[in-house]
Amino acid sequence: MHELAVTEKILDIVVKHARMNRVNKIRSITLKIGEMSDIENEWIQHYFDYLSKNTVAEGTVLKIEKTPIVLKCNQCQRTIEISKAKLGEVVCPGCSGRKDFSIVSGREYFIKEMEAE
Amino acid sequence: MDAIKLIEVKEDILADNDAAARELRLKLKSQNTLLINLMASPGAGKTSLLLQTIGELKNAFRMAVIEADIDSTVDAEKIAATGIESIQLRTGGFCHLDVAMVKKGLEAIDTPSLDIIIIENVGNLVCPAEFDTGAEIDVMILSVPEGDDKPLKYPLMFSKCHALLVNKTDLMPYTDFNMALLHERVRKLNPDIHIFEISCKTGEGIIAWTDWLKQSVEDFVKN
Repeated sequence: MHELAVTEKILDIVVKHARMNRVNKIRSITLKIGEMSDIENEWIQHYFDYLSKNTVAEGTVLKIEKTPIVLKCNQCQRTIEISKAKLGEVVCPGCSGRKDFSIVSGREYFIKEMEAE
Repeated sequence: MDAIKLIEVKEDILADNDAAARELRLKLKSQNTLLINLMASPGAGKTSLLLQTIGELKNAFRMAVIEADIDSTVDAEKIAATGIESIQLRTGGFCHLDVAMVKKGLEAIDTPSLDIIIIENVGNLVCPAEFDTGAEIDVMILSVPEGDDKPLKYPLMFSKCHALLVNKTDLMPYTDFNMALLHERVRKLNPDIHIFEISCKTGEGIIAWTDWLKQSVEDFVKN
C-alpha cells in the first residue's frame, strides 16, 4: 500500500547514481525486497513509470528479487527459511522450539544494481 | 550506441528514514521524553484508548499527542478537550507516518518539557509497520470484532510491537473470538510482547496498561 513512498525513494537514489556515473539512460534496476513486505511488484512498476517521466529513468524496467524470510532459533541457533503464510506456525526443526526466533532476513528494501548507458 | 554499464547501487531504500529515526531517538532520550507510536486498524479504538490513558496519567506526567489523519481534525479536537496539547498532522492521503512527518509534528510542541508524547498513527495494519517513526515504544491495538486471525494476516505489525492491547473485550460474548488462540498466535510471532486485554468502554484492563506505561517511563528515564 505504501508503494508510492518507496518508489519516490528508489527514483531519488537511482537518479543520484546516474549523475555520479555520468550515464544518460537507465535501462533496468534490480531491487531486493524481503518476502515479509507487502509490496506488490506491479504497483511499484506502475508508480515508477509515472514518477520517472522526463528523467533519466523514464522507461526503466524494475527487476524485483524477493529475499526469503529466514529466522534464527534463539534456543539452538539454527536458521530456518519459511514462507510468509507459515510465519505464525514456525516450529524449529532442530530443537522443536516454537517461540524464540529472530528475523535474519525478509524485511529488506534494497537497490542492488542498475543497467545504464 | 554506448555500451551498457552495470552500476552497483547497493543502497537501502529506507536507510534515510532509519538514520533519521535513530537520530530522533537519541535526541528525545537526551531530553527524557518518551515517544510512543500507537498503531491499529480504523475503528479499533486508538482515540478512545488515548482518552482513557490521558485520564489516568495526566496528573502524573506531562503529555502531548500527535494525531495523524488522512484528512480531518475530529480526533485532535477530542484530545484537545482533555486539556492535553494535541497536534494534527494531515497526511494528505499517505498511508503511514515516517520520521520526517513526525518531526514536523514535534516542531510544534515544546518537547523538552514533556514526559510522554503519543503518536496516533494512520489507521492501517500494513504500512505503519514498515516505517520507523523514531518512537521508543511501538504499541498496537487489535479490537475483538476484527477477529483472532489478524496475526496471521499482518505478521510484521505483530512482530514489531512492544505491547498489544486487545480492545472491546466487552463484545466477547457476541463474537467467536478465541482469546487463548490469539495469545498463542501472537506469541509465536513475538514472544516478548506484552498483551493487555482491555475495554475502553467499561475501563477493564486500563489500569494494567497504564501501570505498564508508567513503569516504561521510569525505566526509560533511568537507563
